Amino acid sequence: MAELTAVLASTHHPFYYKATTSPEDQRPPYAADWQRKVEAYRATLTAAEPDILVMVGADHFHQLWLDNYPQFLIGKQERYDATFYNEEREFGIPKYTLAGDIELSRHMHEELLGKDFDLSVSHELKIDHSIICPIITVRPEADLPIVPIYTNIFVPPLPSPRRFYALGRAIREVIDSFPSDKKVAAIGTGHLSLELGGPRQFGEHGPDPLFDADAIEWLSTGNVDAILDNVTHESMAGAGNATHGFMDLLLMMGIAGPGVQADYVDHLDLFHTREMYMTWYPNKTQDQLEAAARAAKTAQASIGPIYASDPTWDQFRGERAATAGAAEA
Amino acid sequence: MSKYYVNKFLFTIDRDPEWVASYKEDPRGTVDRWEKQIGRWLNVTEQTSWLEFTPEEREALSTHDYVSLFENGAHFFLNLTLFIALFDEEYAAAHGPLAFQTEMARQLGHWTGRDYPSVAM
Repeated sequence: MAELTAVLASTHHPFYYKATTSPEDQRPPYAADWQRKVEAYRATLTAAEPDILVMVGADHFHQLWLDNYPQFLIGKQERYDATFYNEEREFGIPKYTLAGDIELSRHMHEELLGKDFDLSVSHELKIDHSIICPIITVRPEADLPIVPIYTNIFVPPLPSPRRFYALGRAIREVIDSFPSDKKVAAIGTGHLSLELGGPRQFGEHGPDPLFDADAIEWLSTGNVDAILDNVTHESMAGAGNATHGFMDLLLMMGIAGPGVQADYVDHLDLFHTREMYMTWYPNKTQDQLEAAARAAKTAQASIGPIYASDPTWDQFRGERAATAGAAEA
Repeated sequence: MSKYYVNKFLFTIDRDPEWVASYKEDPRGTVDRWEKQIGRWLNVTEQTSWLEFTPEEREALSTHDYVSLFENGAHFFLNLTLFIALFDEEYAAAHGPLAFQTEMARQLGHWTGRDYPSVAM
């Protein structure tokens, strides 16, 4: 059977490519710190020695559209083109061609149907930045075949958080049952609190840093019950109108498993949103754990959970208390 | 609001550089031309018989009024990306990186702390 050697859940930020490839004098001031953290995170995937990448993301109205919008979709192709015109225009992301893995796509599609997850299928799916951003950050060689899975985080009514988590659990079972000697890594990207096209966009910090604090604790400790008790479509909207991308991170936690602590956790306050980088090793090896420890030393990341009680978040508790006090006055 | 038809306009304009340029230069004329050439088309043979803008929608699109579009439930992502395409470069040249994005947030500031208009259809 195939071996799931790593699960990566992270935010995806389309500005990363341009910020880190621009001439030195045109780089934003946060680029060096960002690049250091991302390249350290990349080593946690390299240590898993994957042969295939199962990649979870969401089309940002680049190809999928309101005339027929799927809740969950899988690509089943030998090759995938990537990067749409308006992503090149807006973010400077180049074009890519990625190999597919038809065998795993077919197995995944059929087995998920057997588990009552009725995924749509595409034979002409073009990949957008939700999947190309993690290729750029953690596998810039773009040399591994992928199985893309898209979720609906944009078009209400959305599937429930519980459904995203359950799909993650089902994907884990399907990868574990794949009759192959290949090593598989699952990589999914989404968001912490995020605002796009609304009054809180592009502020000094993300729209709700304390949601981010809870989210990172819940994900990194494997506390799915806390997420399902606290996170609803309404609460995510309250944390920022594009926060529903958090459900793709929850899906990845489903692949990792309940109560399973992450082996690598990092985050970065990137003015208008918080970046997060998390890795689980389902079949831990000493080499993987040592790689994670080295990466954590470089990035000043953690080789275990990060809790919402961490002093990192104190400044935001102070801000929230001040805001509440001002409202009462 | 014909949210679907407004979103269709934003979506189809945003994915084509020629339509983006046309919409920036001549928004009112582009809305009219788009309806004839794209808006009602399902494919080269089939057309919808019932999709159309309300007068308010037509005016909002014809005046680049992204605040009105937000307030009437146009999808926030489409509303952002198309108007970035129109205005980001000139704002950035005049006021620095992300100047249009922060201006858009300022224009929508009166929604802070309130439930936003629903983008559900």
